[in-house]
Amino acid sequence: MEPFTTLKAAAIPFDQPNIDTDQIIPARFLGKARDAQVNALFHDVRYDPAGKPIPGFVMNQPGFAGARISVSERNFGCGSSRENAVTVMVDNGFRAFISPSFGDIFFNNCFQNGVLPIRLDAARVAEIRKALHEKPGSEISIDLPSQTVIGPDGKSDRFEIDSFRKDCLLKGVDEVNLTLGYEKDIAAFEAKQAKELSWL
Amino acid sequence: MTAPRTMFEKIWQRHVVVDRPDGYTLLYVDRHLLHDGSAGGYGKLREMGRKLRRPDRAFATPDHYTSTASGKVADIRDPGHRKLVEAIQTNTAESGVTLFYVGDPRQGIAHVVGPEQGVTQPGLTMVCGDSHTSTHGALGALAFGIGTSEVGHVMATQCLWQRKPKAMRISVDGTLGAHVTAKDVILAIIAKISAAGAVGHVIEYAGSAIRGLSVEGRLTVCNMSIEAGGRAGMIAPDDTTIAYLRNRPFGPKEAEWDKAVAFWRSLPTDDGAGFDREVSLNAADIVPMVTWGTSPEDALPITGRIPEPSSGLDAAKKDGIARALDYMGLTPGTLLEEVAVDRVFIGSCTNSRIEDLRAAAKVVDGRKTVVPSWVVAGSGLVKAQAEAEGLDKIFLAAGFEWREPGCSMCVGMNGDTGKPGERIASTSNRNFVGRQGQGVRTHLVSPAMAAAAAVTGRFADVRRLLA
Repeated sequence: MEPFTTLKAAAIPFDQPNIDTDQIIPARFLGKARDAQVNALFHDVRYDPAGKPIPGFVMNQPGFAGARISVSERNFGCGSSRENAVTVMVDNGFRAFISPSFGDIFFNNCFQNGVLPIRLDAARVAEIRKALHEKPGSEISIDLPSQTVIGPDGKSDRFEIDSFRKDCLLKGVDEVNLTLGYEKDIAAFEAKQAKELSWL
Repeated sequence: MTAPRTMFEKIWQRHVVVDRPDGYTLLYVDRHLLHDGSAGGYGKLREMGRKLRRPDRAFATPDHYTSTASGKVADIRDPGHRKLVEAIQTNTAESGVTLFYVGDPRQGIAHVVGPEQGVTQPGLTMVCGDSHTSTHGALGALAFGIGTSEVGHVMATQCLWQRKPKAMRISVDGTLGAHVTAKDVILAIIAKISAAGAVGHVIEYAGSAIRGLSVEGRLTVCNMSIEAGGRAGMIAPDDTTIAYLRNRPFGPKEAEWDKAVAFWRSLPTDDGAGFDREVSLNAADIVPMVTWGTSPEDALPITGRIPEPSSGLDAAKKDGIARALDYMGLTPGTLLEEVAVDRVFIGSCTNSRIEDLRAAAKVVDGRKTVVPSWVVAGSGLVKAQAEAEGLDKIFLAAGFEWREPGCSMCVGMNGDTGKPGERIASTSNRNFVGRQGQGVRTHLVSPAMAAAAAVTGRFADVRRLLA
């Protein structure tokens, strides 16, 4: 997995709460190969059924092309467990998501793909979104080692992240290899459980 | 004496393989459910050059891509989808995993099949590459959805790295009114706490109204924990649970039954155990619910009106309501009972069990559908049971389509979708934009309310229809 340390990139604001993974990638694209999913990102909220861009959707507005960081309202990535919601964002250049809260499964899936989800205070996130609307294409700087985000207004915020997740991202750790290092513990657990819950 | 513990805490502690000083836990997984969307997990396993560690702990059934028209693999139109269904057969055969394949009467939606087969049991940890894995908590398991990478991780190690979620208790006390169902309870809960209300939490549902639910009803409640943002949802095992589990094929055999029951009886939350958050509702206040917007939190009593994006709301909320109403093609102030529907879907891991079909059949009996309407049973066994009770005849006589088991129009991955602009009364779990097809408008309701919509062509209050 590609390590994550710092990122300075253009950001795009999503103003709606509860952006679900069905919006991020509609179900009908899930059976396709990963490289055939790239253009499915936000497909049905980005284009009308005739395939015409919907002007009200932020990705269709000028100045936001090439964004690598999303800044959204609460509960980003809620709903279906589809990991494609993370990979399609990655394949469109995204490496970090900022929101007051995330869907739990989406949040976990981020770490499996070298992506950093950052939880910031709702009022601050709203402020950043406003700044991005005022000046599309503005950049945000993220520094994982120091756990800081510098917004387009130059204001710096510290964010919290579990040290386990931070370490894995910084080093690009393969979780399965890490787990296999605990093989003895797993085997001991299984031996104990086989006695206690013998009917399993 | 040990400190009082929640049921979640007891199950969690029992599954800790390693507790790291950084707050992360390597948690053991007792049961892993696989479906036709899990092919990616096998792909990860192959990339790693590893074998599935515990094939005896995994159970598989195709559900997302199966044809509900014929129930035949050959009839899956999209060749890519057909390959995914076929892959579950070759993958499970190679890895030695129990499979309930298309054509086997036990095949169905993973979250219907697990409890039905006794794979789901109290006190176990369960995962599946599907967000509605929370369903299994209804029997007192700690069950949650994971992504494809974590599916591969569980296949290789039978464990997962987890940070312990917080605990939340939602109590519903009192008696539910006539024709008010588990679906109405969970929609009322989500409307109250929001779609993000339980993020980072495992929910325990408690209270007399929850205890009064059948296992089927409890499965419906726990199923939609994810729509409240919850990591998982669970209900303490009791006499109802234990009676349900007796003689299930993959449950404890007679010789071990008493030992298993003693373990299950030790699981309920101790008196005085603390929760990080408590919420309570009065059962008597809950009426049949209908969603109007594009998030499950947009749920209203059937007696309500489509909301106005106005008075006392901030700009973002107003904008959100306006966008939802625009997508849904609804006019503010309209009575929900005046909203006409184009199609009805009864099915999904939320509401496709025998009790759901009985409730719908009761409404449909002697009436005729006025819009295209489907019933998709949750499993071959549910379908067979319904047929033994003559429910299929009631649905067919009314004009319903009686289809083969699968996820079907809940998610539309197999091509079972509505047409752009269509308004569907659906017993599924998500009214997201495009969930049932591009441009399709989904309203979430109970099976009884869906049946009422099928025979009236609008959202009718089932309490009055059956009065």
